[in-house]
Amino acid sequence: MSGLLSPVAALGRSMLALLAYVGRVAIFAGATVAHVFRPPWYWREFGWALMQIGWLSLPVVGMTALFTGGALALQIYDGGARFQAEFAVPSIVAIGMVRELGPVLGGLMVAARVASSIAAEIGTMKVTEQIDALVTLSTHPMKYLTVPRVVAATLAVPVLVAVGDSIGILGGYLVGVTRLDFNAAAYLKNTFDFLELWDVTSGLIKGAVFGFIVALCGCYFGMNSGRGAQGVGRATKSAVVTASVLIFAANYILTEVFFAA
Amino acid sequence: MITLTHVHKSFGDNHVLRGVSLHVPKGQSMVIIGGSGTGKSVTIKSVLGLVEPDSGRIEVDGREVHEGDRDAFLARFGMLFQGGALFDSLPVWQNVAFRLLRGALKRPKEEAREIAIDKLRRVGLRAAVADLFPSELSGGMQKRVGLARAIAADPEIIFFDEPTTGLDPIMAGVINELIREIVTEMGATTMTITHDMTSVRTIADRVAMLHDGVIQWEGPISEMDGADDPYLAQFIRGRADGPIEAVR
Repeated sequence: MSGLLSPVAALGRSMLALLAYVGRVAIFAGATVAHVFRPPWYWREFGWALMQIGWLSLPVVGMTALFTGGALALQIYDGGARFQAEFAVPSIVAIGMVRELGPVLGGLMVAARVASSIAAEIGTMKVTEQIDALVTLSTHPMKYLTVPRVVAATLAVPVLVAVGDSIGILGGYLVGVTRLDFNAAAYLKNTFDFLELWDVTSGLIKGAVFGFIVALCGCYFGMNSGRGAQGVGRATKSAVVTASVLIFAANYILTEVFFAA
Repeated sequence: MITLTHVHKSFGDNHVLRGVSLHVPKGQSMVIIGGSGTGKSVTIKSVLGLVEPDSGRIEVDGREVHEGDRDAFLARFGMLFQGGALFDSLPVWQNVAFRLLRGALKRPKEEAREIAIDKLRRVGLRAAVADLFPSELSGGMQKRVGLARAIAADPEIIFFDEPTTGLDPIMAGVINELIREIVTEMGATTMTITHDMTSVRTIADRVAMLHDGVIQWEGPISEMDGADDPYLAQFIRGRADGPIEAVR
């Protein structure tokens, strides 16, 4: 009998562990948000985080968007040709970029670049007792390390998404005009005639949520890093994997909320 | 000044502290000795609130450490960490003046820098070191910067965690002498954890030996060599045979 029940018990243990894990992350997120509104605020660390997360992520987000916009134009042209809808390339590239691909790919690239570096940096600080040193120097680690990074990412990623959207549309335009024989003026007109403000705004809101997720995962796993190089490595991997999965999950939920009929 | 009463702390099944009781009088230098993994670091981290004990009381000046204004409480302490724990992203002077650049003890930037350079000189480092980053310093220099940071805000209580670990014997001697001088001139109450017997003999006014989660022996340094406690005798003479099991 116990042999039959052991898989059920194992499943139960896994579920309890998962729920406990979700609970710990939720408590960490709640504490972070609470600290955002309580002084002291570390403006220098916020500025540094804004530079690291926002400005220095521009090249990778821009390149990703450029190639994605170009590939999207080729795909839609080829697919659209099956039912004589090649003319829809500009508007579908624009809508696809600003609603979906800009925020999701931008979020994933920032997750790869930023969640990993935050987790590795904070994890290393933890194993070298720098976090303990902060406490003994009367500085709350969450206020000094987590809040500046989470706020900076929440503000910077929508800006990155906006830039990525523009570059993605530019990528589609370049391919459309140079490879698919679209008239330049007609391509631009088609792009903007069908694009609505809500398409752009919804993508930027997604970007803010994804930025929050990325920095939160980096900080959470860094703060809870195990000992030694292996512990920091594991924290870094977990931060990127968790941030990526949460971005996809949040993207689906937000799309349901924003666009479901 | 610092009193621990029946402090217990476990990590899972590992019962690290099993009723530690210890009193550190004001202005005295208490050195806690003991083998690796006996809970020396956990003891001082419990005093600072970095580790929360499962039971027991820890008081500083008769007041429970978890009560009252935490920032004001921590402002009374300085700590030298085993690995230095310097902030990699900040230059040396900002590490030393960290507490003086933010929070309740905040000073103007120039004044904080002056104090940092003064403290660096006190630990034998040139002013030119102030603008370097921790990664550009040797292990001994990092220890000195850590010491300068610990004393930067003139704390009443200073903790030293393995101050000579990883240093060559000459540099270890220099750090020991510096600690002794600084403690004497500041009149601070200190707790040092170490298993370096040269450190013990240089730094200590009183010695406590932690073994098996309790204070095995405690007394003035002058009585340490003559004490008839077999655990203490084995430890300070570095013998493999005795009541403390040595893994071979």
